[in-house]
Amino acid sequence: MVVMKMKFPFQKRVQLAKGLWLLSLSATVAGALTFSLGCILKTELLRRAEVMDNSNIHVVPNTLMIVGLASLGINYFASKICQDALDAGQFPRWKNFLKPYFAISSFFTVLMLLAVIMSFAMTGSLEFSLKVGLRNGIRFYKDTDTPGRCFQKQNIDYLQMAFECCGNNDFRDWFEVQWISNRYLDFNSKEVKDRIKSNVDGRYLVDGVPFSCCNPTSPRPCIQYQLTNNTAHYNYDYQTEELNIYLRGCREALVNYYMGLMNTIGTAVLSVFLLQGSVLVSLRFLQTSMEAVAGQENTEIETEGYLLEKGVKETVMEFVDPLMKFLLFTNKVEEAGAILV
Amino acid sequence: MAVGKLTFTKAEREKLAEVLWLLNWISVLTGAILISLGVFLKVEIQKWQEVMSDQGILYVPNTLITTGLAACCINFLGGKICLDCADTNKFLRWKLVMMPYVICTFFFTSCVLAGALMCYSIRSQLEESIFLGLRNTMRFYKDTDTPGRCYLKKTLDLLQIQFECCGNTGYRDWFHVQWISNRYLDMTSSIVVDRLRSNVEGRYLMDGVPFSCCSTLSPRPCIQQQISNSSAHFNYNQQSQQLNLWRRGCRQALMDHYTGIMQSIGLTVLLIWLFELLVLTGVRYLQTAMENVIRLGDPDSESDGWILENSLAETARSNFNIIKNLGKCYQIDDDPNINVPTASAEQEVPSRGVHIPVTS
Repeated sequence: MVVMKMKFPFQKRVQLAKGLWLLSLSATVAGALTFSLGCILKTELLRRAEVMDNSNIHVVPNTLMIVGLASLGINYFASKICQDALDAGQFPRWKNFLKPYFAISSFFTVLMLLAVIMSFAMTGSLEFSLKVGLRNGIRFYKDTDTPGRCFQKQNIDYLQMAFECCGNNDFRDWFEVQWISNRYLDFNSKEVKDRIKSNVDGRYLVDGVPFSCCNPTSPRPCIQYQLTNNTAHYNYDYQTEELNIYLRGCREALVNYYMGLMNTIGTAVLSVFLLQGSVLVSLRFLQTSMEAVAGQENTEIETEGYLLEKGVKETVMEFVDPLMKFLLFTNKVEEAGAILV
Repeated sequence: MAVGKLTFTKAEREKLAEVLWLLNWISVLTGAILISLGVFLKVEIQKWQEVMSDQGILYVPNTLITTGLAACCINFLGGKICLDCADTNKFLRWKLVMMPYVICTFFFTSCVLAGALMCYSIRSQLEESIFLGLRNTMRFYKDTDTPGRCYLKKTLDLLQIQFECCGNTGYRDWFHVQWISNRYLDMTSSIVVDRLRSNVEGRYLMDGVPFSCCSTLSPRPCIQQQISNSSAHFNYNQQSQQLNLWRRGCRQALMDHYTGIMQSIGLTVLLIWLFELLVLTGVRYLQTAMENVIRLGDPDSESDGWILENSLAETARSNFNIIKNLGKCYQIDDDPNINVPTASAEQEVPSRGVHIPVTS
């Protein structure tokens, strides 16, 4: 059962070869673009690595970079093959090369599609990683004297100012954490002692936020401390005050930023995938139509080209069988070895 | 005595024309670079225009943009001319245009040099403008309800955050302005009333700074109020004070930023000027060589090319005379057909007595 049979007169073969050469050139550029997009995404993720708990999300840019490099190789060979295709003398030397070539190319093309799907599907993993990372960042904000954590304050401050956000879910996260270090608290003061005693864990909690939560667009000077106490500040109502500090949480801000980035990259890589797929399909048609010409005296006859000689399932089995045999063989060798021992 | 005289064979003339054609196209590209540098500088200045008092600084990027446009046009024309110059017949088409073209290119090249020098000379004007602009912005920081000034607070906060600076010369500038609006001061409170009364002009001054002055490098939470009072804060030692706020003044920060940009732009424009000068010299040689070939009559012969036909002094004198004579266009001196009364004609011609012989 042949898949997608098409007739190819000589002129059509020539046009196919020329068109394929142009396509493979643009696909090479697209492959380089994919690689650079992967690098950009990886750099952006590494920039905020301190507020991410795990690096699972890095599989997306890593895959993009691998696929980009692979497509450079694939398209280089595609252009070489189509240049030789019209020369009936040169074409046969590619005969043995083409079967593994198509297998590897299809694998990497499918991998490209997987990368796009992953970039949309890994939102949940990214969000969880940010949730844990930000929670730790806020907890260790005060530990500027502890090695390994001394830059958390600086990082969180930069993050909140750059992304115009405050806290993890929102600014109330700062009320639950002691973000003022004991080094700067006067333990002789009555106010400090009262506050620490009123807390179960002996922490100094305030209804205040760091300065990096302040919104520059506010018409009044920033109110950082006693945020929930309306009487502490003149003409202030904490329920209706929207411009004083950033109301958005940093997790939401970062997730939106990275999702926007990955959506743009995903769309671009999807079009690269379609381009790469068309290169492979055209090359397959060219190969099969040229193979029918081999051995004929008149090279300008009309031939048939097809995608797959047998059906899809049979072709897949054809590729998988040697792989399975190889794995089973190694298995048998191990078993035999175990028995002998 | 010609200045810079060189002899050109036919092959050399053709080679020169080809090279100049290529150089002219490269000059079109450098013209585009000039335009983009001008646009970049304009955008950078307009970003922080609200903290500058003098809008006249924009003449520098505007000059660069206009010069870049002129470069593109002139060098595009130059490319066409040089392509035709290789052949004597085609050169005759351009013969009359060549001299004005060379003069125009000379003036335009000086404009490029002027543009480059402007980038370096504008420094003091810029500093003055930033100083006055920042002073006004700090004064109007609290006026977020006054139309025309409502975004100055946001601009200054963003400036201080981005450039990591505080105040005009330093953070103490904030102690001399009232940056908290009366709308947010409780006039019934005794503290507020005392403070207002203690100031001559009735302004609410305090030793505090806005939040945007806070340094992110400080190990402790930011201290914004009562900065000069060490006893108001626990463990507020010298080191805490140093790291607490940004130490640099915003005037210095902006000057550093713009000086860096303008020095790089100035250097690039100087290099472009040198390149244009090279192209101009080449075109002048080609023009004079082609004119001499036509004068000699034989298109295949060698000809001389020069920068100036006579020495610099003589050329200057002859040009000066031309300019002087331009003003005399209504006085006709040399036409021999007109009877100009001279001093000798005023002498009376003595009338000779005519004796008429009387015959009877």
